[in-house]
Amino acid sequence: MPDKPKVPGLFKGLGVTLGILKDTVVDGANTVQYPHEKEAPPIRARGVIALHEDNCTACMLCARSCPDWCIYIEGHKQLAPPRRAGGKPRQVNHLDRFDIDYALCMYCGICVEVCPFDALFWSPEYEYSEPKIADLLHDKEKLGEWMETVPEAPALEAGAQKK
Amino acid sequence: MIQLAIEIPYWGQSLLRVLGGLVAVLLPAGTIVYLFLFKMMSFMQSRLGPMEAGPYGSLQLVAEVGKWMQKEDLAPDAADKHIFKMAPLVVLLSTFLLVVIVPFGPDAYFTNFSVGVFFGLAVASVSVLGILIAGWASASKYSLLGGLRAAGQLIAYELPMVLATLGVVIQAGSMNLQDITVVQNTGAIFGFSGLGNPFIITQFVGFVIFMIAVQAELTQAPFDMPIAESELVSGYMTEYSGFRFLIFFIAEFATAGVFAFIASVLFLGGWGIPFSWFGWDTIDDVPDWMNLVGPLIMFGKMLFLTFIIMWVRFSFPRFREDQLQTFAWKVLIPIALLNTAITAIFKVAL
Amino acid sequence: MTVLSDRQQLSYIASQAADARLNVELETEGMTLNIGPQHPATHGTLRIICRLDGEQVVWAEPSAGYMHRGYEKLTEVRTFPQVTTLVNRIDWLGSFANEVPFILAAEKLMEIEAPPRAQVIRTILFELSRIANVSLFLGDLGVQMGAITPVFIAFRDREYVLNLIESATGGRFHPNFDRIGGLKDDLPAGWIDETRQVMVKLREFCDIIEDLLFGNEIFQSRMRGIGIIPADIAKDYGLSGANLRASGVDYDLRRDQQLPMAWDKADWKVWTHPDGDSFARCWIRLQETRESCKIVEQLLDQIPAGPIMTKVPRIIKVPEGEAWVSTENPLGEMGYYVVSKGDLGPFRVKIRSASFNNISIVPWALKGVYVPDIITILASLYFILGDIDR
Repeated sequence: MPDKPKVPGLFKGLGVTLGILKDTVVDGANTVQYPHEKEAPPIRARGVIALHEDNCTACMLCARSCPDWCIYIEGHKQLAPPRRAGGKPRQVNHLDRFDIDYALCMYCGICVEVCPFDALFWSPEYEYSEPKIADLLHDKEKLGEWMETVPEAPALEAGAQKK
Repeated sequence: MIQLAIEIPYWGQSLLRVLGGLVAVLLPAGTIVYLFLFKMMSFMQSRLGPMEAGPYGSLQLVAEVGKWMQKEDLAPDAADKHIFKMAPLVVLLSTFLLVVIVPFGPDAYFTNFSVGVFFGLAVASVSVLGILIAGWASASKYSLLGGLRAAGQLIAYELPMVLATLGVVIQAGSMNLQDITVVQNTGAIFGFSGLGNPFIITQFVGFVIFMIAVQAELTQAPFDMPIAESELVSGYMTEYSGFRFLIFFIAEFATAGVFAFIASVLFLGGWGIPFSWFGWDTIDDVPDWMNLVGPLIMFGKMLFLTFIIMWVRFSFPRFREDQLQTFAWKVLIPIALLNTAITAIFKVAL
Repeated sequence: MTVLSDRQQLSYIASQAADARLNVELETEGMTLNIGPQHPATHGTLRIICRLDGEQVVWAEPSAGYMHRGYEKLTEVRTFPQVTTLVNRIDWLGSFANEVPFILAAEKLMEIEAPPRAQVIRTILFELSRIANVSLFLGDLGVQMGAITPVFIAFRDREYVLNLIESATGGRFHPNFDRIGGLKDDLPAGWIDETRQVMVKLREFCDIIEDLLFGNEIFQSRMRGIGIIPADIAKDYGLSGANLRASGVDYDLRRDQQLPMAWDKADWKVWTHPDGDSFARCWIRLQETRESCKIVEQLLDQIPAGPIMTKVPRIIKVPEGEAWVSTENPLGEMGYYVVSKGDLGPFRVKIRSASFNNISIVPWALKGVYVPDIITILASLYFILGDIDR
């Protein structure tokens, strides 16, 4: 149980606010004057999802596992040239359409986690707001552009087991 | 008026007085809002406050005024239209009435009532009417609650203010604010006249009571039950928007400035510095340049007192209405009466 | 027998009389005040209908549901990882704490346990979310009372905790980090040292709030003796968390339950208060924040090396069964009753959220109090609308 304060609490409170005033004047405020200065988000921050198109096989696992069903994938099978000369043409999935609707996206990361071919990556970019909500549907090309902003995965703490 | 080379006709003098009154009310309001509300509050909360409008946010007030002015002039359907629209003006009226008694220099005053203090205290209660009108005419339960709370609170806290002022009047021997200023600046404490005799030293209890009463009259935290943002949204101001809310807003800070002016006259020595520094004896010895320096000195003292008012406002939670009333009636008024009695005894005995 | 204060007793009789009068004749006396759903004081869209006699409350009733999002129905058509994402958003301030009982229930059905490293890190993140949640409460307490400064200090110091959570999980408010069998990722390098520094800052924050708010005589006169809830009434109404402990009941699920989490590895204390008034509830939360800092600091030294996830299949199908797990969340006791039919997702999830039960005492507690005290009592009970309405 707190005992009776020696200095009346009222004056202590006044002292606290005066102290913070002095700290702000001397050390500067704790705020960042956005948009003139911007803080860098941590490496793992979930800003936007980037697509590495070459890895994607249109397996639909990400679209199925999205809680909001905001990923739209269309693909078709086509014949690709054989790997070696004299071989058979092989059937591959060609990706026609890969859209992520960021107006629906919950930024949960299940799609990135579930992808078996490492085609989806998180990037900390967050400044992509649009005046029109329809522009929040990012198509294949735009998702490919986000790949440039994907950082290297951070080093892990001591004691972590390498996967 | 000041002895000037040219003769200014009476209508010219009145115009100057009106302009002076506007400056005396609006300049403190603007300064208090920018310096204390925008900047000091922000710095006490570890942030910088408005920085975009003008250098370091100095034009934020202009932006705010512009924003409020261009809003739609709404009034609730069920409200009593004429009284609803009149209420903010009544509150601002009391501020302008109050500033006419404040002397800014030996000759720079609006009026020189011999009962200036009496007039000031009487006129300070006009704002209570405005708040009551606002609360009642808004036809909203929140406003009604806020208005009723305000009525009780503001009337209760006028008494400590009057009694604290009474102590000053007894000690000064006059109700004229100019005389009170002169007495403080020509007086001496135990024969030492270097500091004059600012009543804050001898009337310290009265000063504290006066400042607390002013805090309550302005409905600032910890006495801001009538507004009580977390319960009544805005109390009696809830239904006001646009231009009318702007008047309430300006009136709040202008009244703070004017009360600080009056407090600095009553307790801190007003526009003067101790006369002994320059060897003046009476008010007639004071040179004319004091009419220009006097307002600056008053401004500085006003800023100091307003700093205290705002500092307390930003630091404390609010009292509940019944605790507020108990504090006024059972604590402040007895202490103020005691202070008055002791002052009277000392004045007669010494 | 419950102990009511004199004012509460008189008001109870007055409210009975008022009800009788109102039932017989037209409603000519008393004013009905609607607090909410849009109101600065309620933490969201809660509506409280009060019947006033002057400034005293004669009858009060909370009307929740303005924020109902249909969680339990949503979970019926989603898989377990998807439900974990959704469940973050129930108590959005301490969001990691919402995932934990659900994942523990699923692990109970699968009869697996997370590896020790994951258990300790889960507990650390759980306590960090408690600190984030309650530090906002402490700041917001000032705003309800009229002190506008503490909330900014609370937000400033809470940012450190949110940055920690973001650097580990990727999301400030919705980490979505718990998985059946462990955690999604391991901690990034430097996190442990950073957390230690943040805990020092949080302790300073607790001291500042104690000086600025709790030590303030005005605050104490507003909070002491207001909204006294006796212990048996608290237990009858199903209060939990700090509300229950403030009435003197020594009950903390972290200590009284055996869950595969790491609370028993740290040396910490359960705080109770005999008064049961609003001040007690707030004060207990302040002490619990300090205690959480202590737990985190101790556990940071004890993170064992090892894997972060047990061996689970890629596509998880939870076997048939029903499981109930409840934990001591920042708001109180939160529990999940998971019914699984062997599918990818649960068949039915019943979410027992703490705030729903915490506000059930509002009609009882608000009888006979003044209008300003309504806000005080609601503030001290501390609810989050997402938690009430789900």
